Amino acid sequence: METAETRNRKPGSKPAKLSREVQARLGQQLRSMYDDVVNQGVPDRFAELINRINGDGNKDG
Amino acid sequence: MDEQVRKAVLGAVPSLRAFAISLCGNVDRADDLVQETMLRAIANIDSFQPGTNMSAWLFTILRNHFRSEYRKRRREVEDGEGRYAETLKSQPEQYGRVEFREFREALTQLPADQREALILVGASGFSYEEAANICGCAVGTIKSRVNRARTRLAELMAIEDAEDFGPDQQTRAVMAGGGE
Repeated sequence: METAETRNRKPGSKPAKLSREVQARLGQQLRSMYDDVVNQGVPDRFAELINRINGDGNKDG
Repeated sequence: MDEQVRKAVLGAVPSLRAFAISLCGNVDRADDLVQETMLRAIANIDSFQPGTNMSAWLFTILRNHFRSEYRKRRREVEDGEGRYAETLKSQPEQYGRVEFREFREALTQLPADQREALILVGASGFSYEEAANICGCAVGTIKSRVNRARTRLAELMAIEDAEDFGPDQQTRAVMAGGGE
């Protein structure tokens, strides 16, 4: 696998516009990372928190 | 508390966590951000306008809270990467590990305003207009931040065309299946 180090980029090479394909792949990776967390659902701590607030009306911090 | 409000707030938790983790790169801090967001939202529920987007309202609270925290704790935030990597140990081999780590590291190197714009539009599914409202800036500003974020990510990962990503997900699956 090539990495930023092994790959020699010319300094000052222009910031070419990204192809649609590259944008799509970047988007895919971003969503994959994000959805991984979304799919964890609601951790107990938050369900408990909201029940506690709900239960006693005046919450303490 | 209104049952509907309770449900809406709780229902937003998974995406609030994903947003918070993407912003700060640390799961523990992200969960604290989410908790604080919930407390603030409930304390200020009267300022929420029924019929408007509850999720966008919550994201705004979280984002503003993160920004003020970030200013206070900048140094700490910057070494959050290790903790984040740890929490993602269980990450499935959906993408090559190297590639995935590279992506995450590149994301943490983006300026905060570019990162939040990219996440809101590219992952949270908000429109440019909604993202602009959440960040308190013009729509054009969000658009240019998202563009700069993408370009910068590609630079950081040394990607010039799609082939630099290596085989895509399906190809990987096939290769993995045919391998051992």
